[in-house]
Amino acid sequence: MMRRLIWPALLLAILLAYPFVFATPFQQRLGALVLLYAIAASSWNIVGGYAGQVSVGHVVFFGCGAYAAMGAYAHFGLSPLIGLPAGIVAAVAIAAIVGVPTLRLSGHYFSMATIAVAELIRLVVTNTDYLGAAVGLSGPTVPRNVFDLSFISALPYYYLFLIVLAITLLMTWWMTHSRMGFYLRAIKDSERAARSLGAPAARIKLYAFMLSAALTSVAGALYAMMFGFVDPDSGLGLLISVKILIMAALGGAGLLFGPLVGAAILVPLEEISNSLLGGKGAGLTFVVYGAIIVLIARFQPGGILTLIKRLLERRAKPRAKEEQRLATGATHAP
Amino acid sequence: MSFILVQVIVGGLLLGAVYALFSSGLTLVWGMMNIVNFAHGDFVMLGMYAAFVVFTLFGVGPLAGVPFATLLLAALGVVVYFALIRGIMKGPMLAQILGTFGLALLLRYSVFWWFGADFLSLPQNIVGGTLVFWGLRIEAARLLAGIVALVVTLGLHLLLTRTALGSKMLAVAEDATAAQLMGIRPDTMQAIAWAIAAGATGLAGALIATFFYIVPTVGETLGIVAFVTVSLGGFGSVPGALVAGLLIGVIESLSGYLIGAVYKDIVVYALFLSFLWFRPQGLMGKT
Repeated sequence: MMRRLIWPALLLAILLAYPFVFATPFQQRLGALVLLYAIAASSWNIVGGYAGQVSVGHVVFFGCGAYAAMGAYAHFGLSPLIGLPAGIVAAVAIAAIVGVPTLRLSGHYFSMATIAVAELIRLVVTNTDYLGAAVGLSGPTVPRNVFDLSFISALPYYYLFLIVLAITLLMTWWMTHSRMGFYLRAIKDSERAARSLGAPAARIKLYAFMLSAALTSVAGALYAMMFGFVDPDSGLGLLISVKILIMAALGGAGLLFGPLVGAAILVPLEEISNSLLGGKGAGLTFVVYGAIIVLIARFQPGGILTLIKRLLERRAKPRAKEEQRLATGATHAP
Repeated sequence: MSFILVQVIVGGLLLGAVYALFSSGLTLVWGMMNIVNFAHGDFVMLGMYAAFVVFTLFGVGPLAGVPFATLLLAALGVVVYFALIRGIMKGPMLAQILGTFGLALLLRYSVFWWFGADFLSLPQNIVGGTLVFWGLRIEAARLLAGIVALVVTLGLHLLLTRTALGSKMLAVAEDATAAQLMGIRPDTMQAIAWAIAAGATGLAGALIATFFYIVPTVGETLGIVAFVTVSLGGFGSVPGALVAGLLIGVIESLSGYLIGAVYKDIVVYALFLSFLWFRPQGLMGKT
């Protein structure tokens, strides 16, 4: 048990120390963004990685949180924090509406439905004046008190995001080690077999989807608080879904720390390419993202962490591995 | 009033025939290999840009762009099949969905990077102006696109049901191993299916480029239209896609006319979600 805690403890120490080692405002902001995307990608991981249901419209939950937080301020003059629970409720409700019919069907339907619902809601919001239409909603320009969560320095956001990320990962860990985690693994291996043994497959996947939606909406609310506004592009654009999904898949979908690893690689990459190439670079960034996704899918669906794990194992016991290869090779021969 | 409605419905039917054409490519690949191509709409987008490039670079008539886009996309389909699809087909669901979804991004943003985000369009009246039938005004470009799309979709149906090639493809769809034992190469048949499916998108893209706006993100909207069409028509069914495509074309233009242009996509997406709720097997599918 102690040995298994060494790596997470080391990671936590590094994350706690980061803003002091890299103390410029740019570096602190970068660190906060990595954590923010890690929260969103870790939330996606619950349904996309552990339950094996690829949501490509996760931004809709992100947008629920972002719009609820900004709406609480813009319409009621309340702290954006007050909007957070409303965002969670909206996200979970949407997850249920989409999930109940589609999680019974094959995974393709779920993916298509998530795209369609995200685009539908983006179009509706873009045409709804109450939600700011195409302009969006803004948060407090000058913070009235600490509960507005509007800071100039990125440092408070950094630690706030770190706490939320820790909670997200703890909930994920707890989920995988509960009865639900057993069901999820069984369903992912073979849904038909799991069902025939009495696992309530559709219901378990729905719970994972709703939990994932709730946590993603928290990420969206935090995002809106940090940037102080939300509009249809930054809160409901397909590209946010893409970022969330690619970070989890690159690091390792279905692994606890996969999304954090993916975010730590891709967020700096994007920030640097944006600062080097400017607006023109945005297109190029997504060309690279697309290429990365295709390559992962084709050659390494387990992501970077799975690759590293496999390399380490191969180095540890090359002989056993070789024997295993021969054995499987023999059984596969015609 | 009712006269305008007839005009709107005819316009919807003509656009719907083009929807049916590219959707039948999606339904063919889905039915045959159980792969959903998330880049399908972006294939149509590439067909539109191919027609645009042929027109602006070579200045030849738009009709030269049509065969060029068809062949280009058919070739792309074969490349995509061998380079990507064959590798991910037997893989986990995550790899299947990420693979074609990543391809969609790659295509969409390569075009975005190259051509920019501006709306492009071919010169108006590039195909012979507006025709008047019994008082109905129909743009020649739309009429041509609708008729060609309808004919090709029907031809595709006949190809699949009445020819030896079609039977071989259906055999592979039914059971690839058994088909292989009968001397049919599943690889070849599946590559042909990808060539046909992608060629259909190229043709459809070049046809609508003559009257539609051209923008890198148009593939997202058209991709969802294809999903709606296929889920409405039942996956794997070309006649289903034809009926559903025409229906969606009409629903779209009617809601654009009656509720407002910005709401026509909303209506189509809502229709899709309600179908997933109540009748996921499609209009004509069996449970």
